[in-house]
Amino acid sequence: MSSYETVIGLEVHVELATKSKIFCSCPTAFGKGANTQVCPVCLGFPGTLPVLNRRAVEYALKAALALNCRIPSFAKFDRKNYFYPDLPKAYQISQYDLPLAVEGYLEIGMEGKVKRIGITRVHLEEDAGKLIHSGYGDYSLADYNRTGVPLLEIVSEPDLRSPEEAKVYLEKLRSIIQYSGVSDVKMEEGSLRCDANISLRPAGSSAFGVRTEIKNMNSFKAVQRGLEYEVQRQGAALDAGRQVIQETRRWDEDRELTFPMRSKEEAHDYRYFPDPDLVPVIIDIDWVEAIRRSLPEMPDERRRRYVAELGLSEYDAAVLTASPSLADFFEAAAAACQEVKAAANWLMGDITRHLKAMGLEIRETKLTPSHLAELLKLQNEGTISGALAKTVLDEIFATGKRPGEIVSEKGLFQISDKAALGAIVDQIIAENPKSVDDYRGGKEKALGFLVGQVMRQSKGKANPELVNTLLRDRLG
Amino acid sequence: MFAEMTVASALEMLGRRDISACELTAAALQRIKDTDEVIRAFVTLTEEKAMTAAEEADRQRTAGAAAGGLAGIPMALKDNISTRGIRTTCSSRMLHNFVPPYDAAVTELLGQSGAVLLGKTNLDEFAMGSSTEHSAFFPTRNPWDTERVAGGSSGGSAAAVAAGQALFALGSDTGGSIRQPAAFCGVVGMKPTYGRVSRYGLVAFASSLDQIGPLTRDVRDCAMVLSAIAVHDRRDSTSAAVETPDYTAFLEGGVRGIRIGVPREYFAAGIDQNVKNTVRQALRVLISLGAEAEEISLPHTEYGIPIYYLIAPAEASSNLARYDGVQYGFRAESDSLWEQFRKTRSQGFGAEVKRRIMLGTYALSSGYYDAHYLKALQARTLIKRDFDEAFARYDVLLTPTTPTAAFPVGAVEDPLTMYMNDICTIPVNLAGLPALSLPCGFICGLPVGMQLIGRPFDEGMLLRVAYAYEQHSGLQKERPQLPRQRGNSQ
Amino acid sequence: MKITREEVAHVARLAMLEISEQEIVQYTEQLNAILEYADKLKELETENVVPMAHVLPLHNVFREDEELPCLSREAALANAPAEEDGMFRVPRVIE
Repeated sequence: MSSYETVIGLEVHVELATKSKIFCSCPTAFGKGANTQVCPVCLGFPGTLPVLNRRAVEYALKAALALNCRIPSFAKFDRKNYFYPDLPKAYQISQYDLPLAVEGYLEIGMEGKVKRIGITRVHLEEDAGKLIHSGYGDYSLADYNRTGVPLLEIVSEPDLRSPEEAKVYLEKLRSIIQYSGVSDVKMEEGSLRCDANISLRPAGSSAFGVRTEIKNMNSFKAVQRGLEYEVQRQGAALDAGRQVIQETRRWDEDRELTFPMRSKEEAHDYRYFPDPDLVPVIIDIDWVEAIRRSLPEMPDERRRRYVAELGLSEYDAAVLTASPSLADFFEAAAAACQEVKAAANWLMGDITRHLKAMGLEIRETKLTPSHLAELLKLQNEGTISGALAKTVLDEIFATGKRPGEIVSEKGLFQISDKAALGAIVDQIIAENPKSVDDYRGGKEKALGFLVGQVMRQSKGKANPELVNTLLRDRLG
Repeated sequence: MFAEMTVASALEMLGRRDISACELTAAALQRIKDTDEVIRAFVTLTEEKAMTAAEEADRQRTAGAAAGGLAGIPMALKDNISTRGIRTTCSSRMLHNFVPPYDAAVTELLGQSGAVLLGKTNLDEFAMGSSTEHSAFFPTRNPWDTERVAGGSSGGSAAAVAAGQALFALGSDTGGSIRQPAAFCGVVGMKPTYGRVSRYGLVAFASSLDQIGPLTRDVRDCAMVLSAIAVHDRRDSTSAAVETPDYTAFLEGGVRGIRIGVPREYFAAGIDQNVKNTVRQALRVLISLGAEAEEISLPHTEYGIPIYYLIAPAEASSNLARYDGVQYGFRAESDSLWEQFRKTRSQGFGAEVKRRIMLGTYALSSGYYDAHYLKALQARTLIKRDFDEAFARYDVLLTPTTPTAAFPVGAVEDPLTMYMNDICTIPVNLAGLPALSLPCGFICGLPVGMQLIGRPFDEGMLLRVAYAYEQHSGLQKERPQLPRQRGNSQ
Repeated sequence: MKITREEVAHVARLAMLEISEQEIVQYTEQLNAILEYADKLKELETENVVPMAHVLPLHNVFREDEELPCLSREAALANAPAEEDGMFRVPRVIE
């Protein structure tokens, strides 16, 4: 493949976490029975009218400010007209030429350098319904519970230069949205969706190549893999002297390829025009500033603070600040036990492994910061060993009990009693003459084996340092 | 007797117990039975519900409970105004079986005031037309001459009031659809200021122009009904948060010192000479009563129709896109989704509706948006400026309501000629102003209407001037002679 | 500005209307008559004129973020031409 530069822009849709829909009072809760969260307005019944949800606007502005956008003083809503059975009015209320926010950016770290990715615009619109395609019959079924759920569309500049960058951008975007508190941004539940525009151009060229739009990339991994596939596909076409066709393609997760989508019936001409049922939104400086003040500390600021004030490495600080719930947890635990490094290591290690395995956010588990603080204290005081601490952690996730309680209930105290440990050490020495000989013959490794045997014999309760000392004393 | 009554006189009789609400409603239903085979004002009759509502009104009055302001008054609603549990068809095949699970805001308000719904009245399909000939069901006849049209699109409502079938009716007005049939049928019709009456539950034609208003037998009734429906509604973002006055308080103000502007463009070529003469005669009456009048110019008047026939169809093309046979209404079955959509819409809509959808789709389509739609919105600003300047100097403007009196059924076939009917009424919708049409004379036995146009939210001024004229002319007492037998319509 | 038959056919597709050859001819004629009349607007100088989308100077009309009861599923589906399993049924949508 010749040398091409990849150019990617992302269009991300985020479901805002309002209680009610954007233009009517139906609830937005996920996973309810089909067509139980609908009313004449979101079903597009004749004569019904939309009224804008104030909180949807405020959430949109909050996210936009977190993305460093400029908020123009005048915004309006437009109708995007097209026929599709998931769209009851046959138009989507969206924003065309005067969106709520423009000209923002976010920063991503790539290969140790900070790169700024431009955000073209941020606008509000309504979600469509869901179509279920029957497996055998020749029909589809429509559920309009999602119709009218507020969506934020965030359009990036074509500033991304690789699928990897696109993934990092998306992770950073999710982090910022999470921090601003306006959405759950769960990609797997569809509250964050991503479409991409991607093209290749000869390295060094400044003109854009022909782009394709890629849809249906439903996870961070899918975004990266779908775009990687598309880079290969377009590159191969260009190498072979063929042209890339401007089209919309769908990422097929199972087959790991993109394929052209059948167009939504004929010509696309959305015939945007101002929605006469809605009045403009005028946003004055006071409103913008009030919303700006309501924003919490953003991930970049927090990361810098962790490095400067807590002495964490850039890497650790970045990992811990990626999600606000993790960072909040970390700060609370660290404050409670004064063990900054240990708290960070636990969170990035064992706890993150647990969360991944359970598919949960830290705030959704039974583990609290004071649990972690207590656990670290027990370990620090020598009441339990590191190995035991892991057992206690498992137990906390399972039951939510206090670490101290678990330790006493299960008798998980570390054995630091010389006499008790000495007996076990003697037994192990007696049972492993070969290792004893090896150690005495200068093989330092053999000591490790013996320590392990003692630990096993004590069911992990033995104080490892003490075991070490006792063994050396006796063999020395 | 019922045919001679007004809302005000009926309320007096109800108050004195000279008549019960049940008797009144029964009389209205009887009158409909006697006359509607010929007039065909009603698409749906709700006799049982009406009698139940009348009984309730009587019960409340007997119990001395605080009855609403229109308790026991039989009335009718144009069939594009939603009624919970009662089919709302827009006189279209598309909605012939549609039963809304909600009331329009005005339906609710009239229900609260105790008014008794007799039924739903005919209209040009989706309110697109000026004769009520474009109903998918049947044309409505003019009570003054059943060979002539009732006007439209609120032809059913106007004819029902004129024929003495209902004491009042509501219509909707996008380009003249209340005022033009009111003029043709010799009744009072008002289009309130845009935003004065909630559009919630009014099936949308052109959202930036549509407004609901009353059709009544006289000006006092108009004030009474308007007082009941002009209420701010949070469900309509374009509903103005303006207090509801008691509009009857404006009636007796007189016209001494009132400044009337008479725009010369509304008396130009294209307006029937007899209509002009009749309206000028009415103007002389107002001057004799103490008003001051001057000829003025609204220079952009001639652009009203082209602006309207770009903006209204554009909005309509989007508003009517929802009729695809998925959630409600007519559906033409097919195995293919897109074919089903196309067949549903082609068979469900009539010719005039399809013509306007085509026109509006074209006006919004890429490549033509700026030249047509955007240009029309800019020109709309110029129309509004004309009026703003006029109202800096005048309290009210006086014009004919229509270029001619009612025309014969089937006489106008060309769409553009039909559109010209709204030449005097359309600019008012474009500017969002209130206007009222009231009878000001007859030509060969056919009523002629004059239009009074006011400042935004100054409906009181229109009622005041109209009432002064009506008190002097006595024209509200004129009633058509109706054939009472079946088959007398030839 | 004349509208052609091809444009009429295209507009009918956008508007999701099925129209016959005969109707195309008829619509072309009628739409041209109306558009010719609408060409009158070209006479107007509108370069610096603000387009009027709303007649009332209203802005910032909001509802608070509160839930209200929805329709029952039965009421939502009562007017549906075809339903199944509490959903609206349509011919298969192919993506």
